[in-house]
Amino acid sequence: MQAVLDINALDVRYGPVRAVRRIDLVVPKAGITALLGANGAGKTSTVMAIAGVVPSAAGRISIFGQDMTRAAPDAIVRAGLAISPEGRRIFASLTVEENLILAGSAAGNAETAAERRAALMQRFPILGERRRQLAGLLSGGEQQMLAVARALMSEPQLLLMDEPSLGLAPQMVDRIFGIIEELKAEGISILLVEQNATLALEVADHAVVLANGSVAASGAPSDLMGDDILKSAYLAA
Amino acid sequence: MELLLQQIVNALSLGGIYAMLALGLAIVFSIVRLINFAHGELMTFGGYGIFLSMTFGFPPFAALVIGIGAALFMALAMERVTFRAMRGADVVSLLIASFAVSEILKVLFQNGISARPVPISFPSSWSGSYQIAGMTIGVVPTASILVTFASLGTLTFVLRRTAMGMAMRAAAEDFEMLRMLGVKANRVVAVSFAISGILAGIAAVIWTAQRGSVDPLMGFFPVLKAFISTVLGGLGSLGGAVLGGFVVGALEVLTQAFLPDRLAPYRDAIVLSAVIAALLIRPDGLLPAKTGARS
Repeated sequence: MQAVLDINALDVRYGPVRAVRRIDLVVPKAGITALLGANGAGKTSTVMAIAGVVPSAAGRISIFGQDMTRAAPDAIVRAGLAISPEGRRIFASLTVEENLILAGSAAGNAETAAERRAALMQRFPILGERRRQLAGLLSGGEQQMLAVARALMSEPQLLLMDEPSLGLAPQMVDRIFGIIEELKAEGISILLVEQNATLALEVADHAVVLANGSVAASGAPSDLMGDDILKSAYLAA
Repeated sequence: MELLLQQIVNALSLGGIYAMLALGLAIVFSIVRLINFAHGELMTFGGYGIFLSMTFGFPPFAALVIGIGAALFMALAMERVTFRAMRGADVVSLLIASFAVSEILKVLFQNGISARPVPISFPSSWSGSYQIAGMTIGVVPTASILVTFASLGTLTFVLRRTAMGMAMRAAAEDFEMLRMLGVKANRVVAVSFAISGILAGIAAVIWTAQRGSVDPLMGFFPVLKAFISTVLGGLGSLGGAVLGGFVVGALEVLTQAFLPDRLAPYRDAIVLSAVIAALLIRPDGLLPAKTGARS
């Protein structure tokens, strides 16, 4: 089994607070790995450390076999990793199209970027229709689609998705999870961070549960589904 | 009537200087959360650039361009030498570092050039005036207003229509997210400093053309007013900085022109009271910055 992401004894600190303590995490190629845990368990800190915007205090992060522990975020994107972050973080005062254009800088040249933009607007027709609208005026679900489309602009092989279902209507959650499965079918490896464990375990091939900044359990979704560790990991917070 | 029109010209020309300085502060603040107290020294350095190039015999127009170039160079040097190493530091550390840069530069100006004002003698034709409908208006204030609006217009175009401008608007909203999209942070930050340097250089050109001298504290007082302007307009908001600059400039000129002599010593107090009153009503400023939910 080839790993696209291999995290070894990762520590993340905010001043005196240790948000992540010696986490080991492996994301295998072409599958969905769910990262579960309650609020404050260290999921987003882990993701931000992988993306290179939060410094890791200790440990090693290797992406596609390359050591990327201290790499700049742009180098990580060019290596083939993209992120759809928690809270979506679309640029509200820019148009939908401008949001995509900005994400195209990693494409190398303007033509490739324009082609990808056109393809993504076909894939997500609502974004095509609203391309000239301010992104802040989109609905929550549309913003989530924009966040995913924006991540796909760099044609990543590894996609980090942090809480893609948060705050969305059930119908839209289904749509987003449909997209996640499509992306998996296209061979993109996905690290899916979710508070909604049931939903995440349905699509995941492999799951890791965090509690208080450490790995509490990991294994196949079917093993974790009824597991007490998963329940207590959520209740412990 | 004539007095009023002249005062409007003065208000626009002074307000324009504040607006450009405030905009430079706001652009850098919106992206790197640095309140750059050394911004005034960019303007002063631009002024000395003009002085030195005229001393070495450059023609006046070339000297003005060199002055703008000097401020640009200093802005990039400040970023590279001091602030790049401190990227991500908290607002207070950055603020204190900028105080240090400001003090160091002031001392260098005092000891390296002169603690006292050095004269810049522009051609006498520049200090002329012209008549419109029987009213006398100065050439320099008019040119100042034109240059200000041309600069603001150019910058608006750059921010609205170019790829770099788009990245800067996005960076002002959520710089971390922009970096996670693969945009190189150093380039966006350097360009924001470059723009603030150019604006400070243009402010230096207008300031020296109106006053005819440079001293180590030349940039300090206008930048103080520009700070007040950014706060009045809404810290981090680019439109707010420009609006705040013009409002503060207009208040200053109007109180100077129309306040009775007895109240003249209280001019600054009156202007600042007006600013405080405005902030009591709109605590986020006149045109608050649009930022994402996270800081």
